[in-house]
Amino acid sequence: MSAPPVISCEGLSKEYCLGVRIRGRTLRDALAAVPDRFRHGNQSVDRRRETLWALRDITFEVGRGEVVGIIGRNGAGKSTLLKIIARLTEPTVGRARIRGRLGTLLEVGTGFHGELTGRENIFLNGAILGMRRKEIRERFDEIVAFAEVERFLDTPVKRYSSGMTVRLAFAVAAHLEPEILLVDEVLAVGDVAFQRKCIGKMTDVAQDGRTILFVSHNMGVIQALCGRGIVLESGSVTQDAPIRDAVAHYLKGVEGAAADDLKTRVDRRGWNEVMLASVAVSSPDAAASLATGRPARFTFRLDRTQGFEEASISCRFAIANALGQPIASFSSDVRGARDAQAIDREAVFVCDVEALPLVQGRYRLDVEVHGRSYLQDAIEGAVFFDVEQGVYDGRPVVATASGGDVVIPHRWLD
Amino acid sequence: MSNETRIASGDSSLEPELDEIVVQRTTGLPSLRLRELVAFHELLYFLVWRDVKVRYKQTALGVAWAILQPLLTVVVFTVFFNRVANVSSGQIAYPVFALSGLVPWLFFANGLALASGSLVASANLVTKVYFPRLVIPIASTLSGLPDFAVAFALLLVVMAGYGIVPVAAIVAAPLALALALGCALGTSLWLSALNVEFRDVRYVIPVLAQLWLLATPVGYSASGVRGMWRAVLALNPMTGALELFRWSVIGADFPSAVTLVVSSSSALAVLVSGAYYFRSTERRFADVI
Repeated sequence: MSAPPVISCEGLSKEYCLGVRIRGRTLRDALAAVPDRFRHGNQSVDRRRETLWALRDITFEVGRGEVVGIIGRNGAGKSTLLKIIARLTEPTVGRARIRGRLGTLLEVGTGFHGELTGRENIFLNGAILGMRRKEIRERFDEIVAFAEVERFLDTPVKRYSSGMTVRLAFAVAAHLEPEILLVDEVLAVGDVAFQRKCIGKMTDVAQDGRTILFVSHNMGVIQALCGRGIVLESGSVTQDAPIRDAVAHYLKGVEGAAADDLKTRVDRRGWNEVMLASVAVSSPDAAASLATGRPARFTFRLDRTQGFEEASISCRFAIANALGQPIASFSSDVRGARDAQAIDREAVFVCDVEALPLVQGRYRLDVEVHGRSYLQDAIEGAVFFDVEQGVYDGRPVVATASGGDVVIPHRWLD
Repeated sequence: MSNETRIASGDSSLEPELDEIVVQRTTGLPSLRLRELVAFHELLYFLVWRDVKVRYKQTALGVAWAILQPLLTVVVFTVFFNRVANVSSGQIAYPVFALSGLVPWLFFANGLALASGSLVASANLVTKVYFPRLVIPIASTLSGLPDFAVAFALLLVVMAGYGIVPVAAIVAAPLALALALGCALGTSLWLSALNVEFRDVRYVIPVLAQLWLLATPVGYSASGVRGMWRAVLALNPMTGALELFRWSVIGADFPSAVTLVVSSSSALAVLVSGAYYFRSTERRFADVI
């Protein structure tokens, strides 16, 4: 590439002091640390503190117009990397050079104020995202038309339906025209449709060479959007290649990790007061393998439940295809008439599916455990399993390249 | 140099700064990056505008509070300081004297209350969007200006009621306001940055505001304070601000040179140290907030 890169990272490293990351440290803690400082001097106190290298020696360049996916498991450092590039936090070592206007796709409504009207919020949000008043005014009509909120322009946003709020936020974000766009799925949580629409709109306009850095767990989306992938593992770049190779490398890593004992895995989120000890997918009728239309049993064991009210622990999991695209999700919170009503005293969740509606292929489970109204543990790709070809609802099911992953019971009429 | 021309020519870039941004660890005394602050003046404007608008929209009495707050306080002051404790205000009617102190004082105290929690209240922005963080407490402090203007008008009305006509020195009132603003801003920068790391600050502020009020000649006259204590009192930058304000608006005695010099210097010291403290802790905001 002849043009200079728009992003270049040179040996970026970021160290976090775990002690300092705790929210809302109080004066008491700081005062309590004072005698220590006198006794040991700064050095030894610092050495005792637990630190974590979220990023280690990251070096790469991104050229103009490239769409790059940043791939990695939880805790691999993707968000930290994006935060440094977005100038939200400083690297401990190394530096990043950014050439061009930078925009970040945010969670819906960041910077919106419910008391202000739609019109006022367009200006406020535009200013927060970095637009000038002149620019906003120029694009105002376009934004309003896009959001379809003409009639409610002078209504406070708190009276908007959630759909209207999303449309308005989207319209403002979509009309921001940065040269470099950062998209973190974790930041723009939840609304996948919103993200896709945004990105779609942005890539539309992006023919003039917009650079996009995209973080997602959904390899399907990553593959569809990105040309190049950078794989992060425990803070280091382990692969920087065309997107297919990068995704393949990442998926191999995820599968490799699934082979490990769950207890030893560190790519987990949550408070970890209670953790997943094992996850298994099996066939309840012994010796039979998993196949389309046959029963399947999902078993989740927790390491301990002491101190928890059993009823307060819940298990949620999603079946995702090999690319990490979620297919179906399950929650032990929502119980129906056919579910066991008594709560198992053992730290085990068992979920049965009578006839597996999945076509032949490889799948994985992303599992979350919630307790005390916090996310306690979350592991993506906790286990992988293969589904063999089978018969569903009396009909042989054959996987096709474009046919999707799920079988739906159906009937043809004459 | 090219940077300056970009800004001057009104280039429609989103982040009107350097062509190349280098993100790296800053060590030692940070730069205040005032030029960047100027480049983000529109965001500052919108944040002030939002704070003012939301405050008036959310309160039942809205803008009436800007009148009621000083008015009720002046009644209390008149009853307790003037009638009960027999504090004298010389030839000036006590209510006018007290109100002329309360107008800049309330601007200061309200600014402190608004700005000290401003960063934490904007946590969702601070962790997601880049802009000079100084914009946030500055906007909060400035959002007290409309209230100040309303209170100032009230003061003029009350003065007229007592038959006091403003003197020509009123043109110097903005200087007094600037001094109060500098003092409020400097203190707010300290407190808002401290509040990110130590949420205790929220509990300190009411106490601090009360003690500060006692150490400021709002309800009493500084001329009653003698000798050494006069200079000590002047260390409080609000003393200078108040005396200057009273001189310019209600025709009180011109503050002594010592008071003016000491007060302005300490206001400047608070402002500059606050700005540097803020900038030096800013790099950790997104990590700890």
